[in-house]
Amino acid sequence: MKKIYTSFDEAVAHIEDGMTLMVGGFGLVGIPENLIKALKEQKMTDLTVISNNCGVDDWGLGLLLQDKQIKKMISSYVGENKEFEKQVLNGELEVDLVPQGSLAEKIRAGGAGIPAFYTPAGVGTPIAEGRETREFNGREYLLEEALVADVSLIRAWKADKMGNLVFRKTAQNFNPMMAAAGKVTIAEVEEIVEVGELDPNEIHTPSIYVQGIIQGDQEKRIERLTVKEA
Amino acid sequence: MSKNIRVQIAKRAEKELQDGDYVNLGIGMPTMVANHISDDKTIVMQSENGLLGIGPYPTEDEVDPDLINAGKETVTAIKGASFFTNAESFAMIRGGHIDVAILGGMEVAENGDLANWMIPGKMIKGMGGAMDLVNGAKRIIIIMDHVTRDGKPKILNQCSLPLTGKGVVNRIITDRAVIDVTDAGLKLVEVAEGYTLEDIIASTEPELIVSDNLVYDAF
Repeated sequence: MKKIYTSFDEAVAHIEDGMTLMVGGFGLVGIPENLIKALKEQKMTDLTVISNNCGVDDWGLGLLLQDKQIKKMISSYVGENKEFEKQVLNGELEVDLVPQGSLAEKIRAGGAGIPAFYTPAGVGTPIAEGRETREFNGREYLLEEALVADVSLIRAWKADKMGNLVFRKTAQNFNPMMAAAGKVTIAEVEEIVEVGELDPNEIHTPSIYVQGIIQGDQEKRIERLTVKEA
Repeated sequence: MSKNIRVQIAKRAEKELQDGDYVNLGIGMPTMVANHISDDKTIVMQSENGLLGIGPYPTEDEVDPDLINAGKETVTAIKGASFFTNAESFAMIRGGHIDVAILGGMEVAENGDLANWMIPGKMIKGMGGAMDLVNGAKRIIIIMDHVTRDGKPKILNQCSLPLTGKGVVNRIITDRAVIDVTDAGLKLVEVAEGYTLEDIIASTEPELIVSDNLVYDAF
């Protein structure tokens, strides 16, 4: 059985200033909403955060920008957030932009014990300047090093009490790789069920990657509501 | 760019897709191509955030906050769709399993270099999945205006903006023409309605090879 937290403050209490965190989600989908809010309340600072995006001004990781808790962001796209832009221009926030596929694979590699890999993404662009490239079969590739985190904060749909996880639709995104790449992984889930209630055939993230779970109500804010034209 | 011109380009781009293709459409104008897929084709659209089989936009009742495309718009999933991680998604992309990617462009060079992610001096928002896509999909089609708002060519001898990918573009579709990137140089294959061969040559910086089968009033 895994640690099942009942308080979000307790679930993040072991996170210290200056740590490197991975935070799941793509846009606002599949983000651990309440764990992020608890980070804001607990006021951890100097955080390095690895996450595909940085939320919006008033939700998701954007909440941590309000009190300048993030020192450095490692992301593929951060264009949805005015406060982010302001802090980067003021030199208060460092940003490391990584092609999305490379970011996903760097995290996957980190969790899988692969220190680095070569990818064609970024060759011949500004991100390759001064970095190691190598030719394979007549084509040039860029070396990308793996990423790991002190703590990964992820969001799943269902967990059993052993920590096996199932994700819902496109809320899966970066969460499974981050579960494996965190020294400690805390999963915020919509529902906790008894061991044996999840079909082993349908588990996305095996329990070995998860150290703690907590159930939380999700607001699931929508960034771009788009509906069929009548 | 007026809506009509965007629709015209999207409709022309749709002709690039063949029945059975797995396709990735970039954010913005490329997403509009999905609105014009002909009924006699089955096209499976991939979204980088972990969806193969994007369906139409939902009705208000169908909206599901856990189901979005790479542009963060609410979408639906078709029958036969699958969900997966971003790592799996980009394995599909880098591994050469996506038949066609249609993306927007700021500049394309004679050798197929593409610039579409940053303008020096402006806030950098990030490349998202563009650098992976242009190096992974089997065929890269760029759709864009032929010239800038000031009337300057966007198809250049060399890109002036920082690159997204080097030598990656296969075909350029603009409001004025269809141009292929070949080993011998840029080859003009179609001229759009309302333009002459001279118009295209004058608004394109590199020298153009004119196809023997050049089609006028093509779209």
